[in-house]
This record gives sequence, C-alpha cells and structure tokens, in this order.
Amino acid sequence: MGITFEEQLILAGTLFMIGFVGILVRRNILFMLMGLEIMMNSAGLVFIAAGSRFGQPDGQVMFIFIIAVAAAEVSVALALVIQMFKHFKTVDTESLNTLK
Amino acid sequence: MNILFYIASLIAIIASIMVITRHNAVHALLYLVLSLLAVAVVFYISGAPYAAALEIIVYAGAIVILFVFVVMMLNLDKSPEDEKSKTGYKTWIVPTVLSLVLIVEFIYAFLTNNPLQAKVQVVGVKQIAVSLFTTYLLGAELIGILLLAGIVGAYHLGRTKKRNLHRYLEVSQESDIKENE
Repeated sequence: MGITFEEQLILAGTLFMIGFVGILVRRNILFMLMGLEIMMNSAGLVFIAAGSRFGQPDGQVMFIFIIAVAAAEVSVALALVIQMFKHFKTVDTESLNTLK
Repeated sequence: MNILFYIASLIAIIASIMVITRHNAVHALLYLVLSLLAVAVVFYISGAPYAAALEIIVYAGAIVILFVFVVMMLNLDKSPEDEKSKTGYKTWIVPTVLSLVLIVEFIYAFLTNNPLQAKVQVVGVKQIAVSLFTTYLLGAELIGILLLAGIVGAYHLGRTKKRNLHRYLEVSQESDIKENE
C-alpha cells in the first residue's frame, strides 16, 4: 500500500522538532537560521502531504508560497547577520547584550 | 514504495540531526542540502514531482547557497577544533553513507518503471499552474511584492555606510566603542 498521511505527518513533526531543538541549543546565529530552515521545510512537507492526500494542487501552491517566504526571510536575515558581524565582530548571540 | 519512503525519511532525519550538531558551519550546510534532497525524494514519492524539483532548485540551490556565501564572506568556517579533524576518514563516513543510500534509492526509483503512479495521484505541473494563476492569483502577486520587499530590504541592510568624520571625531568614536564593550 502507499504512504499514509499520518506517516508523512510524523516525519514532518520529527523534522520540526529537530529544527526547533537546533534553534534552542545553538548560540551561533547561522545555526539558528539553519534550524529555522529545517522547520520551514517540514511545514512545507505537511502541505505537500495534505495536497497529495486529496489529490489537489493547493498543497503544492502553498509550498511555492512557503519557499518564496523562506527565501525573502533568509536574505533579510543574512543581511542582518552581516551587519551584526560588522559591529560585534562575532556571530555569537550571547554578544547581543548591549541593550540591557 | 513504502520502503523508499522510510529510507528517505530516515536519511532526512539523520541529516537534520547532523546539521544541528556540527561545529563547522560549512559541514552543517552540506548536511542541510542532504536533508533537503531527502525531503525532495519524499515529495516525489507522494506524487508531487513539481514540488520536488522546486525544492532542489530553489531551496537547496539558492537559499543554502546564500548561507554558504555569507559563511565564506565572514570567514566563519575556520574554527580551531576543525584544524585537527580536517584530515582523516572519520569525517567522510557519515555523509558518504547517507549520500550513497540516497542515490541508490533514487536510481532504484527511476529504474522500477514508476509503479507508484498506479497507487498515488500525481499532481502535475499543469494543474498547479492553472490553480496558481486562477484561484491563487492574488497570492502569486503578493509573493512577487514580498520578494521585491525582501530584495530592497536586504540591499539596504547589507550596505556599508561610510561616514567621513573629522579625524578627532574618529578617535573619540573608537574610544566610545571601547568603553561600551
């Protein structure tokens, strides 16, 4: 038999939790952004699974939107990382404490 | 097709765990590419070939490349513990095994004459294109505007603004920064 909807959801949930743990544990801002990318990819997987379950193209259309949002967000976030590195000379998020 | 899905999902999970546990940024990015490729295989198995191609082209081929450029530009891949473990076969085992399993599975899925089309409804590109430009036309236009905003924002945020100060003011600005650190 084919792949059930629940199995794809389990995979998406596992990937989401792995990305989430990556954001919580790592201090390097680039690794936090990578965890964010894993989380967004898993959200896209949920939409693809839903679209494949009902045989409609809406899931893949939503996945196109998610990819576009992730691309725009990553470009702005990396520009901010460059500015952060230029000012603090490090990508450690513990160095972002000058506001306290 | 069940076993293919299980293998691809296992590779995706292992590669994602390797992403968040690496110390070298470039290693982590390459494992991220591997994870995205494995998820693209899952998309293909679920009857979404267009999403699989889009994931590889846009996600693994543009977004991760952006990351690699920033890592290279900021010279972040030189960490002290990396110097010791650079040579040696131990860093080769896991990515080689994962990639080999993925490519063998990929070749197998191509060579077994596509039996999944009998069980899974394949949503083709034409359906997506029709849906994107009739039902979700507003969303497509808004995505274009969002990407424009992203481009302009990234340009402005990444710019270096050269300030020409009087030389006495330059000295006092440096001492101000040293006091704040």
